[in-house]
Formats: sequence, structure tokens, C-alpha cells
Amino acid sequence: MAYLYILPAYLVFALFLLIPLGRAVVLSLYDWNGLTVAEWVGLDNYRQVVADAGLRAAFGHAAVLILFYAVLPVVVALALVATMTRARLRGLGFYRTVLFVPQVIAMVVVAVAWRQIYAPDGPLNQVLRAIGLDGLARAWLGDFTFALPAVGFIGTWVQMGLCIVLFLAGVSKIPRELYEAARLDGAGPIREFVTVVLPALRNEISVALTLTVIAALRNFDLVYVTTAGGPGTSTTVPSYEVYRRAFEIGQVGSAAAVAITLTLMIFVLTFGITRIAERGS
Amino acid sequence: MMISRAERMLNYLLLSVFALFALYPLLSIVSAALAPPGQLPALLPTDLTWGNFAEAWDLGRFGTYLRTSIVVSTSVVVLATVFSVMAGYAFGTMHFRGSAVLFYVLLLGIMVPTEAIVVPLFFDLRDLGLTNTLLALVLPQTAQSVAFGTFWMRAYFRSSSRAMVEAARIDGAGHWRTLWSVLLPIGRPAMVTMIVLIFMWTWNEFLIPLVMVTDESLRTAPLGLAFFQGQYTADFGLLAAGAAIVATPVVVVYLFLQRHFIRGMVEGAVKE
Repeated sequence: MAYLYILPAYLVFALFLLIPLGRAVVLSLYDWNGLTVAEWVGLDNYRQVVADAGLRAAFGHAAVLILFYAVLPVVVALALVATMTRARLRGLGFYRTVLFVPQVIAMVVVAVAWRQIYAPDGPLNQVLRAIGLDGLARAWLGDFTFALPAVGFIGTWVQMGLCIVLFLAGVSKIPRELYEAARLDGAGPIREFVTVVLPALRNEISVALTLTVIAALRNFDLVYVTTAGGPGTSTTVPSYEVYRRAFEIGQVGSAAAVAITLTLMIFVLTFGITRIAERGS
Repeated sequence: MMISRAERMLNYLLLSVFALFALYPLLSIVSAALAPPGQLPALLPTDLTWGNFAEAWDLGRFGTYLRTSIVVSTSVVVLATVFSVMAGYAFGTMHFRGSAVLFYVLLLGIMVPTEAIVVPLFFDLRDLGLTNTLLALVLPQTAQSVAFGTFWMRAYFRSSSRAMVEAARIDGAGHWRTLWSVLLPIGRPAMVTMIVLIFMWTWNEFLIPLVMVTDESLRTAPLGLAFFQGQYTADFGLLAAGAAIVATPVVVVYLFLQRHFIRGMVEGAVKE
């Protein structure tokens, strides 16, 4: 009886998610260009993930992006919320709506907006020139040094509001007595933050890190539309390498190995973040 | 605990700075789209025109792309909702062999990134002659949505009153009637949350349409915008109008149901 209820869901889930995932594992053990006969290579494609300089760089870029997508928004949002713990503010609903809106906009649209902001004659460079910092003005997304941080900062923009909304909700649940007790113990703002606010927000921080780290690793659309991995290979990331290898340069096996590695990283990081949050509580 | 007026104002000021930061890129799109065609975008254009929208609509064929997006999103939402409600009901209220294993596999499925399945899906669907069809857009996204939807509806059915289920069953209602006429009417909020999330994810999806279709008439709105950008980089007003067209449907739903978006994305991240 129960099996009949889960049958339709499980059928489509198995056919279009589980089986493809298994097929990706199989493909990752072959050298295949997508057309001719595939050749068994064992774990060679995975060895490449570690040994190939280009792929290592892609995973390195992903680590940099995690700083921009996850660490920076969480730290800034915590600092912001820490200044607001004592106030019960009205009208937060409006701020919540506005701060969260980047989360619901298609990445292609986000990319279009930010390409213009970063353009050589775009608003960012106009501001820099207006305040006399002409030396800093540049084609941000075409710059070997600054393209990766520029892409990363778009991620900061997307995730910042999510973190603030999450932490504001968490802080509003802290009983006032806790602050008063801390105050009575002579705690200053910093000790109050460490002993009262941070422990109370453990759950929210864990959720924020999970969501933002996964977003940092699954940012194919943003990279594809803003830089296509360039200039050179300075902004290429694992999710972009999967696409490029499978559909542009005919290295399907290598693409699958990168995809499986990426999947395992997401599993490990998700479990790791949850585990650390649980152990702390 | 009293705080001073100055401190309160400072808090609002800080929040407003971040709110402006969140809005600025979107406002720059709207204002450039509404500026007279060919004119440099000012943040607050003085005379608003719809010229860019009309031109982008014709040149970019956004009508076609929106139609594909509507068909794909509706199909995924309908299929995934019906399947998820049924499976969530079974996982949440019935005991059966293997339910724990089946459910955990589903949970892992939520975390599998599209990048991992799109490569084999393309080559296998190509061999079956299914690339360049609506099915290639709908079914993989239904699979991803069903994983999340079942997880979401199971949590609702588990928390819903056991007494109500039993009362309905004693009244002689079968599982099917208990589900559709007793539990679902009171479970509307949970369902709305699931539906708006699936709608948003499907509407905004980029990688699957990019890989699965080459036929222009099957391009979804975000994919159409990406190609449009490739062709009309010089005219930002036109591009901004296209971007606004693509973003508007989700933004409108968000404005009406924002609590569902926030709750779903936050709680959906918390696997039990």
C-alpha cells in the first residue's frame, strides 16, 4: 500500500537523479570524448583532479569563493546584528523583504546587473574616478587579479541579506534576561556578544554556512554569464569545468570525475557544518 | 531595556545601508530599462518609457522564452506537488519495510548538485532522442523537486495531528480520502511554501536548459536572456529590459508570499 504512494515520486527520482548519478560515477572511470568508444582508465580522472594544475586551480578558486559567499557575509551580518541586539525595532518586515530579494532573482539577471556595474565605464569606475581614485578604475571582470574577487563579491551581495535576515530572527528569540544577567556580571559589549549572542545563534550560523557554502560551490550560471572562466582561466571553478570539459572540449570522463568530486565535497561540507554545530550545543 | 533615540536611529541607518546595497543592482536594471532607448541610464530617469521593453520583446523573442518557462515551471510544479504529497504522506504516516533507507537516499538526493547529473543525462537522453524536448527540461527538474518536496511534506504529515488521521480512518475514510480531504486542506501553508520554492528553482534554472536544448523555441527565459546578452552587449537599456522581464514573475510571487520563500529556504536547509 505505502509503496503505491511513493512509487511515482521514486520512479522519477530514480530515473532522472539516482541513475544519472550512478552513470556519472561510471563515466568518471572512462576516457571518453562523447562520440567514439570509451576507454577504461580506472581512477586516472580523479588523479587528474589532484595533479592537473588547471583543475587544482579551479578548486582553489572555489575556496576563495567560499570566503566571499560564506565567510564574509556571515561575519559582516554577525557584526551588524551584534550592534542591534538591544533594540526591538519596528518595521523589520520591510527590511526583511528588501534584504532577502537577491535570493529570488535568477543568477543570469544578477550577472547582467553586475556586469554593468563592473563595466569599464560603469558606475563603480565612475565613482572611483569621481573621488580621485582613477588608478583603481579598471575593467574588473577582465582583470587577471581582480576578476575572481569581483565575481566573489557578487556572491557576497546575494548571500548578505540571507544572513542578516536569519540572524535578526535568531537574535529576536534571545530572552532579555540573558543580556541583563550578562550586564550584571559586568560583561561589556564584546563579552556579551561572545557569551550570549554567539551561542544563541549557533543554529542560524550553521544554516547560513550550509546554504552559502553550497551556493559558492554551485555557481555555474554566475561564472558562465559574467566571465566564462576568464580572463585566461582566472575565474574557472569546478562547476564550470564540468560543463566546459563535457560539452566544449570533449573530456566527458574528466567532467564526470570533477562532478563527483564536487558532489562529495558538498556532502562532506554539509555534514561537517551540521556536525560541528551539533557538537557545540 | 531602554535604548537611546540615537542608538535606535543608528540601527535603522545601518539596516538602510544594507537595504540600499541589496536594492542598488536591481534598481539600476529597472531604471536603465525604463530610460528612453539609447540614452545613458541615470539612477532615477526623468521621463519613463516602455520603448526598451517593446524592442527587447521583439528582438529578444522573450514572448517565446516566457511561454517555454511557463510550460516547464507549471509542469514541474504540478507533477512534483502531486508526487511529493503522496510520497510524503506515506513516509510521514505509514510504517513499511525499507522506509528509513528509501527516505535517506532521497535526502542525499536533495544535496546532489545539477552538475553531477547533467552530463550523463545529456548523453543518455541524446541516445534516446529526447534532447531538445520539453521532457528533457521537465523530468530531471521534477526529480530534483520531488526529493525536496517529499522531505518537506513528510515533515508536515509527521507533525500534523495523529488524532485527526485516526479519527478520519475510524470514520471509514481510506488513506486516499484522509490525505486529500482531511490533511491537505489544513496543510495548505506547507504546500504553498513547497510550491513557491519549486516554482522559483525551476524558473531560475540555467544549466539544464543550457545543456538540454539547442532549439530556440525551447529556450527558457534565463537561457534566452543569456543568449540575448551575447548579442546586445552594447545597449544596456535593451538588456536591462530583458533582464526585468525574466525576473518579474518570481519577484511578483515573492512580494505576495515572501514569508513562504524565507521560511522554506531556511527550514529546507535544516535536515533533521
